[in-house]
Amino acid sequence: MKPPLLASRIEATMHLIPCPYCGPRAEWEFQWGGEAHRPRPDLSADDATWAQYLFERRNTRGPALERWVHRYGCGQWFHLVRDTVSHEVLAVYGVEDRPPDLVVEPTP
Amino acid sequence: MTGFRLPSGGQIDRSQPLSFQFDGTAMTGYSGDTLASALLANGVRTVGRSFKYHRRRGIVGAGVEDAGALVTVGTAGRSVPNLKPATVPLYEGLVATPVNVWPSLEMDVRALHQWIAPLLPAGFYNKTFTWPSWHLFEGAIRRAAGFGTAPSAPDPDRYAKAHLSVDVAIVGAGPAGLTAALALATSGVSVVVIDANPRPGGSLALTDPAWAREASATLSRAGVRVLTNSTAFGLYDHGLLGVVEQCAPPGAELSAGRVRERLWLIRAARCLLAPGLIERPLVFANNDRPGVMLAQAVRRYLTVYGVAPAQRWVIATVGDEGHRCAVDLLAAGLDVAAIVDHRAAVTSPAVAAATAAGIPIEWQARLTATLGRRGVEGARIALASGSTRTVACTGVAVHGGWSPTVHLYSQAGGRLAWDDARAAFVPSTPVARVETAFGWSVGEACAAGAAAAARVAQAFQRSTVAVALPTAPPADAPLQPLWEASGAEASAFVDLLSDVTARDIRLAAQENYVSVEHLKRYTTTGMAPDQGKTSNLPALALMAAATDRTIPEVGTTRFRPPFEPISLGVLAHSRRGALLAPSLTLPLAREHLGLGAEMEEYGRWQRPALYPRRGERREETLVREVLAVRNGVGVFDASPLGKIELTGPDAARLLDFISVQTLSTLPVGRVRYHVMLTETGTVLDDGVCARLGPEHFLLSPSSAMASTVATLLDELLQCDFPAWRCLATAVTQGWAVLTLTGPNALALLSALGTDLPLSTLPHMSIATGRVAGLPARVARVSFTGEASYEIAVPSTAAQTLWHAIWAAGTVFDLQPIGLESVLVLRLEKGYLIHGVDTDGETTPDDLGYGGGIARKASDFIGRRSLLRPEQRRSGRRQLVGLTPEDGVTVLPAGGHVLLDDGTPPSDGWVTSSAYSPTLARPVAIGLVADGRARMGARCQIADGDRRIPARIAALCAWDPEGRRLHG
Ligand SMILES: [Zn+2]
Repeated sequence: MKPPLLASRIEATMHLIPCPYCGPRAEWEFQWGGEAHRPRPDLSADDATWAQYLFERRNTRGPALERWVHRYGCGQWFHLVRDTVSHEVLAVYGVEDRPPDLVVEPTP
Repeated sequence: MTGFRLPSGGQIDRSQPLSFQFDGTAMTGYSGDTLASALLANGVRTVGRSFKYHRRRGIVGAGVEDAGALVTVGTAGRSVPNLKPATVPLYEGLVATPVNVWPSLEMDVRALHQWIAPLLPAGFYNKTFTWPSWHLFEGAIRRAAGFGTAPSAPDPDRYAKAHLSVDVAIVGAGPAGLTAALALATSGVSVVVIDANPRPGGSLALTDPAWAREASATLSRAGVRVLTNSTAFGLYDHGLLGVVEQCAPPGAELSAGRVRERLWLIRAARCLLAPGLIERPLVFANNDRPGVMLAQAVRRYLTVYGVAPAQRWVIATVGDEGHRCAVDLLAAGLDVAAIVDHRAAVTSPAVAAATAAGIPIEWQARLTATLGRRGVEGARIALASGSTRTVACTGVAVHGGWSPTVHLYSQAGGRLAWDDARAAFVPSTPVARVETAFGWSVGEACAAGAAAAARVAQAFQRSTVAVALPTAPPADAPLQPLWEASGAEASAFVDLLSDVTARDIRLAAQENYVSVEHLKRYTTTGMAPDQGKTSNLPALALMAAATDRTIPEVGTTRFRPPFEPISLGVLAHSRRGALLAPSLTLPLAREHLGLGAEMEEYGRWQRPALYPRRGERREETLVREVLAVRNGVGVFDASPLGKIELTGPDAARLLDFISVQTLSTLPVGRVRYHVMLTETGTVLDDGVCARLGPEHFLLSPSSAMASTVATLLDELLQCDFPAWRCLATAVTQGWAVLTLTGPNALALLSALGTDLPLSTLPHMSIATGRVAGLPARVARVSFTGEASYEIAVPSTAAQTLWHAIWAAGTVFDLQPIGLESVLVLRLEKGYLIHGVDTDGETTPDDLGYGGGIARKASDFIGRRSLLRPEQRRSGRRQLVGLTPEDGVTVLPAGGHVLLDDGTPPSDGWVTSSAYSPTLARPVAIGLVADGRARMGARCQIADGDRRIPARIAALCAWDPEGRRLHG
């Protein structure tokens, strides 16, 4: 019954993430929420469309749009543009906002 | 003659002698010594034996470049293996032992390593030992080869972690770093300086120590923090610098409250890297013989420590540093037999000084080999004329040029460029937030430091101040690289710590491991604690020569952290033992222990597993506790159960979206069991949901999933349905929950005194009122199969409720029930535990909850996935009961279920199994292919090679009609 020991989070993560509410904080305070701006198909979607929604991601090389939450901070979700090559954080914007102009959103 | 202390000089404190022990022998040194300088002063030449070939090794360098021999410092739990003696400050009582000495440091094991050596060529880990047998040799090889041993006892000391946020972190307090720090000190930006040595100054110790001292004082007055004894080991993303500060020397006893090492995580807006240069050795036959040292290291031992490592010297050099070394040796009263310079005769101030001192210089000559038994006794020189000369000497100082320390720059993503004039890789591409400053001389370094400081200041729109620079020796004449001075002899070493020879590099080339990445892994060069500091370039150069390429064509590997080995203790810092993953404590933990509870961790909570009575065996306790619930009444602590309150007009809508069931139709005051799915249609969690008011729900996820579910609700409300009016608040720890369960639970609850309408409270309902005078929520839900009342009170009132229950419970023979008994009770009922009886493929239909889904009007998470072919196919594993045919064998949990003739493939497995005290027979449940359609079918349960005949049975073994729940 006993679950395995939950190893506590170590400082294996190094980014500095600008929470729009708290300012720059270390990455280990945050939780990654996956790729952003993925409209959820409704029940009428065919199998292929639904499978694409479930299993396919853009896997961007360069500026990637992501959801993050300041889990061990203010608890707020927000959007982040993160360059997956240079690891630079390029922009932060609200959960209801569209991506800023600096990003050309690739077609899914 | 071997090393000795010079009668005067050095920057040590001769008024403070220190006694220490090396390899069991008592020795003395002085305050300010390193272990290396003290060993040299005591005449020690052989400090250890080498990794593979067991060769004698001595002190080679005077800092992190000391790749000669590793030592263990300290004893028992404080022992630290694999230290470079030149990086260990001497202290009173230091105990050092050589690493990898078997049978002993001095015993001649030539006979042994003569037959081991051929077995250990480059790539020996990658090659199969087909003849005669690896196993035959393994023991001997393992004893003769390798590094130090791990400590024999737990580390008794404290390690700490600290965070620092600064504008500028300067790595290295040599001429470049100090100049930069002084230039920025009063500019208004915050600066921290990091240096590995006890005193700032770097190479200024040789040229202008007074300036370095004054610079330190100035920085201190300006409020600039200088972290000494601190190694910057890694430069990570977004300017995060990892630094280990050695607060006390390795192995030393600590007074109470002191910390051994501190991990600094420094977030710097700009990193100014000024880590200086590393001197390169030369590759020639027996270049590892004790007595062969780097030229600047020799100068440091003379000047800083007042130590002569040997009496009579030969200098082998490709640049001016060898000449400076010769002059310093002569000035210390030692003999220099010859300077062997690879270059055609050059003129420079350093050469002029050596010439003026009357030191014989052999131009266009090469030192090709050392001779001697226990250490250097002579050197063989190939002269410009083509003839060979042998010179008697006890020390050989070598200088193969300089390599900038580019480790952190490379870690941060910087690319290196080949500087042909200097024969070195240098930083080339700009790196965000990083400035580099290095120079080939003190003057150039200071200029580079000032320029880097100006660039940093500009980034902050500040300006630097002019710095009065230290005395700078005149510039050197150009060097002429020499990558291998002798032919194909076996004992010309490239990487001393990894025991990699020039021949190994050629073997790698011959076997086509010509890529730099393959070279490194095949030969292991640069992989030992040296991390390529001295070995990198010679290895690349030899590979270039062996493959007819230039050095930049061979390329270089990207350096990875750590720059220097760091202890696991400092990475763990305070997170050891109970602090590694702290458990959650129940509000009633002390009360449970008072009743003799055995506590165990369940999903991070320390909870009572059982309450054994004196002399009771575990099985007896289980039986007693289970029967107490079935026949009377028991109480168990259900506080860890997740609690999330949802309020607002859209709360019901949100619940419908996360649940397989329709929760919006739940009447106020009622409770419903529900299942949550992931978007792929598999079970995420199960639990109950209570409706407290028209717009007020209480969701109870399992304790293990409570935070996951809370995070999911937050994400949905914030990101996906921001217009929905609903608040989700996790209140798990705000409430203590005690569950009364058993036929007498209702009577006990009444006896506690309550204003709740108990007689009209049906199974699966909830009411708010007072219990034992406390504000309480009482939910009638059951995980045991008996009538149960979960009494939730504010956790601050837990003790009051607890004592009231026990005061009222005596007449009912109330018994405390541990979680292990609850798990048996639920198994008798066939109630599942998420994550035990389900896995990442389980769908609601697999659990028997598929029936109502078609009637639900709205979409919910995972719904579309339930229509995929995979979720609708036949043959899916379904949760069913399993009963042994013999009625006595407890089926092994995890045992595979084999239908028909009992042969694989598996048709499923047992997920939970126990002896049922209620039924006096074993009960089990499991996931079985098409299980529900095979009710009553025979199967066999695999327990290793054993096969246990069993039958597929109903999930619920006790009171399947549920009379006791409603009674
Ligand atoms: Zn925040």
